[in-house]
Amino acid sequence: MAGLTRNSPEVRARLPGERVLFGQNQPMPLDCGVALGPFTVAYRTYGRLNQDKSNAILVCHALTGDQFLAETHPITGKSGWWSNVVGPGLPLDTDRYFILCANVLGGCMGTTGPSDPDPVTGEPYGLNFPVVTVADMVRAQKLLIDHLGIEKLFCVIGGSMGGMQVLQWAATYPEHVFAAVPIACAARHSAQNIACHEVGRQAIMADPDWCGGDYLTQGRNPSRGLSVARMAAHITYLSEAALHRKFGRSLQDRSQLTYGFEADFQVESYLRHQGSTFVDRFDANSYLYITRAMDYFDLAAEHGGSLANAFRGTPVRFCAVSFTGDWLFPTRESRIIVNALNAVAANVSFVEIESDAGHDAFLLDVPEFYRMLAGFLSGCAEHRGLNRG
Amino acid sequence: MPSDASINQAGIRVDLQLIANMIQPATRVLDIGCGDGALLDYLVHFKQVDGRGMELSQAGVNACVAQGLSVIQGDADIDLANYPDHAFDYAVLSQTLQATHNPLAVLRQLTRIGRRAIVSFPNFGHWRVRWHLGAMGRMPVTPTLPSSWYDTPNIHLCTIRDFFELCDSSAIAIERAIAIDAKGQSRPIRSLQLANLLGEQGLFLLKGAG
Repeated sequence: MAGLTRNSPEVRARLPGERVLFGQNQPMPLDCGVALGPFTVAYRTYGRLNQDKSNAILVCHALTGDQFLAETHPITGKSGWWSNVVGPGLPLDTDRYFILCANVLGGCMGTTGPSDPDPVTGEPYGLNFPVVTVADMVRAQKLLIDHLGIEKLFCVIGGSMGGMQVLQWAATYPEHVFAAVPIACAARHSAQNIACHEVGRQAIMADPDWCGGDYLTQGRNPSRGLSVARMAAHITYLSEAALHRKFGRSLQDRSQLTYGFEADFQVESYLRHQGSTFVDRFDANSYLYITRAMDYFDLAAEHGGSLANAFRGTPVRFCAVSFTGDWLFPTRESRIIVNALNAVAANVSFVEIESDAGHDAFLLDVPEFYRMLAGFLSGCAEHRGLNRG
Repeated sequence: MPSDASINQAGIRVDLQLIANMIQPATRVLDIGCGDGALLDYLVHFKQVDGRGMELSQAGVNACVAQGLSVIQGDADIDLANYPDHAFDYAVLSQTLQATHNPLAVLRQLTRIGRRAIVSFPNFGHWRVRWHLGAMGRMPVTPTLPSSWYDTPNIHLCTIRDFFELCDSSAIAIERAIAIDAKGQSRPIRSLQLANLLGEQGLFLLKGAG
């Protein structure tokens, strides 16, 4: 879509896709004790819902992802973040499955978040937006699934924070999920994970243009802080091997060091670019809220300290996936999930995929991952009695 | 592993078919050391079992999951402890016991996790093995034990007689015992002496004391 070059309330209003309003009559209770409503959930669908509504796959997006997973992004103009996974003949085969993805609660791509107007004041929520959790995000998605008349999702799938939502779905609504695929995630955010997020939040809040979270009403934008937050986070999505392979110590558009603080190295230039393009599509307060939701995630804590209790008696078929080069959500975190599932004799598969790309591997072209994904879903489809497309 | 010649009409190895024959339809089965998933695939499709697998090699696991089987990467010596008691009707360990670090502990886990355990292993008492060692003075290399001593994964080989004695002294009940000869013919074990000499593999249906 032309003209949508920068995220803003006006641009958000013109984003393609479906929207539905919830909580008008009955606000949705949040974990923090506040009830939210009315609020909008913006979503995208691909493929066709079959007659008995049994072929729906809910894709849960990661921290900075959104619902535009398999099409040209309306703001960045880049291809969707999972366009190599979702489509005709691809692992999430749109000829066979109905794929839907909703922007998370607290987000900034159409679902209500801190940059949207507070119905009480008419002004952007800012920090008056209630702190939301992964469980709240999933509650909002459940309202959407009910709204669409889908009794049982064929599959819930997602990577990173998306994987957390998958685990939450399986734990909270086991009877409404046939299969669950948590990818490159954990059942709780580790101290290291929280630490990385805190650096990002402090970068945003240290930007004078953040204005105590009130930047929208003051016509400013903490883009420098958000950009630094993105740069720091981006490092955690890669790996030393991937950075070395991509950049080494190569210089950027120059043959020698400048003995100054310009972006001498390609890796610096790359990170600056990542930061500066990110601020065009993302909202700083959304970044604060969503990172907080991830930090608060601890599925075992919700179940008396035992992760196995979250899944006792579960009928869901699980497939946990991790990547060898992921140090942000390493394989041992997936193994903790798998051990908990084994402790309740749940139906679980677990694959570790060889890749040195770091955490971002779940977004990259990794053929073995795709083969495994397609096979797992096909096996589940057989058990679910889904016909071929 | 048995040679490819011992593949039957259903497309699986004869010893795996014998294991499948021991398993009641529509039961819960954990196949430990499931390899490429041949037995599990057969059980899921022909016996409608709720089948799960555990496999040490990640390549094997990924291949299984890619064909729609529920398999995790895991080590029989370590990861069986995670499962609750009697979570499965059958815990299957085919051709893997001899490669474990602590076979007795693994057997106890199998009979704890499964209401029944099914175990098969290469018989080190087979006449060909005895010939290699006794007459030639060499470590045996046979169709069921194809690796040389220096690159074999098998660290705890036993004979059918040894296995009987271990079960007897460990309060593990043997409900069925079968010897499989070099031609793939199977016979219930009546004469232990004969079975231990002619059986290339032993196959057992076990039940724990608990």
